[in-house]
Amino acid sequence: MKVLTLNFLTCAVKMCKASNDSFPLHPKDAELAKDDVEINLQLLVNVLPRIDWTALRTTSTELGFPELPEQPPTAEDLTSDEKMLQDLHTLLLETQMIEGKLVCGHCGHEYAVREGIANFLLPSHLV
Amino acid sequence: MSRPEDTLSADVHYDDVEARKYTTSSRIKNIQASMTQRALELLDLQSPSFILDVGCGSGLSGEILSDVPEDEGGPHVWVGMDISASMLDVALQRDVEGDLMLADIGQGVPFRAGSFDAAISISAIQWLCNAESSETSPAGRLSRFFNGLYASLKRGGRAVCQFYPKNDVQKKMITSAAVKAGFSAGLLEDDPETKSVKVYLVLTVGGSTTGGNGGDITNVVEGMDGVDVVDLRKKGGKSGKGEIKKGSKAWIINKKEQMERKGKIVRATSKYTGRKRRIQF
Repeated sequence: MKVLTLNFLTCAVKMCKASNDSFPLHPKDAELAKDDVEINLQLLVNVLPRIDWTALRTTSTELGFPELPEQPPTAEDLTSDEKMLQDLHTLLLETQMIEGKLVCGHCGHEYAVREGIANFLLPSHLV
Repeated sequence: MSRPEDTLSADVHYDDVEARKYTTSSRIKNIQASMTQRALELLDLQSPSFILDVGCGSGLSGEILSDVPEDEGGPHVWVGMDISASMLDVALQRDVEGDLMLADIGQGVPFRAGSFDAAISISAIQWLCNAESSETSPAGRLSRFFNGLYASLKRGGRAVCQFYPKNDVQKKMITSAAVKAGFSAGLLEDDPETKSVKVYLVLTVGGSTTGGNGGDITNVVEGMDGVDVVDLRKKGGKSGKGEIKKGSKAWIINKKEQMERKGKIVRATSKYTGRKRRIQF
């Protein structure tokens, strides 16, 4: 599971929909892996406005990466600054969460991640 | 043709054996590939996008999303949801590039608002039409899915869902559930009235950037070859009111229907209903 996807996932429990704590999900006991993916500038520019930067900062700190700058880069920054592009690409698209758990900050529900696949099936009383 | 949807739920039907069979069958592979291509054509994506694959299965459709060449606006990054663990297992072995999630689309789509550029679903949403337990109903599952999907797409985003409806009732149920969730919906049928009819539900969120007809499917297929547009919507700017004169036969029948829907006891309509009482000698 890519960090990019993590930045969009929320808790699936119905009562968490209204709460702000249900996003982002907090990774726990995460095992990471790095995949080689070709850099796709257009894609990054495309998704950049939709990335919740505060949440991304939280996630990256929790995964043990160096702290990100406070302000998100702009599209121009990415096109001109190759290192920044490379860093963001590595974090969002190449870093994979292989094993571990994702914990909701509101209800505390733990979603297991195995072999990179998160299990979002809920027992019927939580739906 | 037998319909596995009628007998079992998706996660039970697609066990290890079925999942392998499904993925290795070259016939299914070809059909899936052509349907994915068609769906991509309908999505009409110009730049690399972030796509949700609903019911991704073993990643047959996702693979094509990753392989879109650069000059056609690719490659796209996708996230797949599927309820069958065996299918996802096959996807893992085939080493697909997208992210996979084990999730039931009838329980909603757990992404925050405005996450995706587009969504694609190949032969999946008809599974929503059967509920395997007494706690859930097909209507409830459909509405949870479409509401979740509507929220997770960005404004102007588009979703193309290819599905196999069992009959017209099911087709209508799925379409109306999508419309209720707020989508502008349209159905595209390839090879209509043959055995191999393919039904695509094309959904749009909000107005499209191209303007015009509210950004619905008629815009999408405009200019495509061999597509006939059959618009069943009411034409004209007149609202339903005002067309029917108060006290007329049509008005009375309409009222009777309204009352009937409310559960009131209503006299059957006969040839005397709404007839004028003329002065007799």
